[in-house]
Amino acid sequence: MTNGNIEILLVEDNVDDVELAVRALRREKLANDITVARDGEEALDVIFCRGAHAGRSFQHPPRVVLLDLKLPKVQGLDVLKAIKSDPRTRAIPVVIMTSSREERDLVDSYKLGVNAYVQKPVDFEKFRSMVKDLGLFWVVINQAPPPRAFEPNEGQ
Amino acid sequence: MPSTIQAKLTWTSAMITSIALLVAGSAFVGYYVYSYRASIARNLIVQANTIALNAVPALRFDDPDSARETLSALSADRNIISAAISRPGGGPFASYTGTDPGGRRVEMNHPIVSEGEQLGTVHLAYSLDELYNDVARYALIAVVVLVLSVLVAMAAGRGIQRSITRPVARLADAAKAVSQQQNYAVRVEPTGSNDELGLLVDTFNEMLARICVREADVEAGNQRYERLTEELEQRVTQRTAELEATNKELEAFTYSVSHDLRAPLRRIDGFAKLLVDEYNAELPDEARHYLGRVRDGARQMGLLVDDLLNLARLGRQDVKLQVAGLSTIVQRVTTSLQRDAEGRDIEWQIQPLPFVECDPALIEVVFTNLISNAMKYTRPRARAVIHVGSIEQNGHPVIYVRDNGVGFSMKYADKLFGVFQRLHRAEDFEGTGVGLATVQRILHKHAGTIWAEAELDKGACFYFTLGAVPATRPTVSEQSA
Repeated sequence: MTNGNIEILLVEDNVDDVELAVRALRREKLANDITVARDGEEALDVIFCRGAHAGRSFQHPPRVVLLDLKLPKVQGLDVLKAIKSDPRTRAIPVVIMTSSREERDLVDSYKLGVNAYVQKPVDFEKFRSMVKDLGLFWVVINQAPPPRAFEPNEGQ
Repeated sequence: MPSTIQAKLTWTSAMITSIALLVAGSAFVGYYVYSYRASIARNLIVQANTIALNAVPALRFDDPDSARETLSALSADRNIISAAISRPGGGPFASYTGTDPGGRRVEMNHPIVSEGEQLGTVHLAYSLDELYNDVARYALIAVVVLVLSVLVAMAAGRGIQRSITRPVARLADAAKAVSQQQNYAVRVEPTGSNDELGLLVDTFNEMLARICVREADVEAGNQRYERLTEELEQRVTQRTAELEATNKELEAFTYSVSHDLRAPLRRIDGFAKLLVDEYNAELPDEARHYLGRVRDGARQMGLLVDDLLNLARLGRQDVKLQVAGLSTIVQRVTTSLQRDAEGRDIEWQIQPLPFVECDPALIEVVFTNLISNAMKYTRPRARAVIHVGSIEQNGHPVIYVRDNGVGFSMKYADKLFGVFQRLHRAEDFEGTGVGLATVQRILHKHAGTIWAEAELDKGACFYFTLGAVPATRPTVSEQSA
């Protein structure tokens, strides 16, 4: 349970993949606070501050969500859809990070408004460098959306 | 003109009967008139002679009373209208007047001659009324006979006509039923006679019977055909459904492969790498070597999965044809392969290539595979020479990529384009054995073909065509290339 700022929300069901990703991220010392959600439902709880994460506030959205597509309970694309269809969460950057680059996954993701889509390489060194690039870009280089980006549009 | 055969026959027999009767009647009346007139003439001469003989004494003795008496004997013949005796150049000597019906008449003058001297003239007027009355009566009889005989001829002819026209009418009705309703079950009632009509009716019936048999055959054939068509359609529908199901399964399979098969490989490589990174100092050389093998295996399998997925995607992908310049595509490919060429001495000999109808994205995959193969298999050469060019075969361009690399034995040429088929050891030349299978699939999708010529240790040349499969396979010699 986290109450403070989440820099990276990693949504990944496989414990090995979580370990490899977290190790890669920690190694570069880019993110202090990495939260891991092990399925789609947990990811939605974190993002929408409910369930075990009811104590969280919408004031502190994750800087980036690294989202796998194949997840138990709620699929990655449904998580993405939920985030992008709610004004309180729509501005949160979401990066699909998955094994496949099937065209229909790409099409569906971009249609739902994903911010980036990367394929996890088999080669661990390449994976590590990719994770490093992602962390560097979204946590350090990218300007996070200001609070007003999470307010509903006027008239809505 | 009448329109039915019955009417025609009736009309014809009435005409013939009438004409025959008219001719016969006319001949009879004509002959009667002729002979009647002749007999009148003879009769008149006889009477005139008699009167002349009897009148001689009366004239000699100038006795008109006696002459009158002689003339009065003529009253026996009521056709004599008048008679007179006159002296030559003088007035009437004696005369007789009978009844005059006022019709046509004949008149005659006969000389009274005695001893060479003409004493006078007998004058006779004879009525032809009787003759013309007779003629009128005969004509009336002839007309009555004509009418009666026409009626009798028609009645008598009717029987014969019926035996002709009835079967003909029935034939006509049957023929109408056949042609208008396609009813081949009708039969014409047999005439029972052996004449031409009987034969015609029998033959017609026989023909209908045969048509019925044929019709039944055709109907049975049609039903069989319809049944077969239905079965075929059912089978096609079933096969299509099966095929669609298979395609869906295949798609689900590739989707699953692309998601689930790569993840364990990444873990194998990942943890092996972590082991090397974090326990490097504690590991014996052999253990590090083994870990290297583990990682190579995992990465090789990752490439294989990727290549297989590309090949599977290609199967589903539609070819989007447009006219594209092959030179531009080749240039793009060589530029993107530039990094692999670093530190190598490669002599590129790239001829101008034609513009062809193709899917440029797919043809880029073809050239990428062929050119990167050429680069790979020339690696042992101090100076690699790679030709890309085209020759023309029956108006179609044949594109080739030729290298001076290690080549291969033509013994194995048929294995080149099979999936997972490799002609070199993995430690000599890396690869998955999917590239050329992919190339072949792309070219087949373009209705083209690919083949290769090579000699072990001398080099290889890959030829391909788009949109046509040549009957003979041309080759480029070392000189012309």
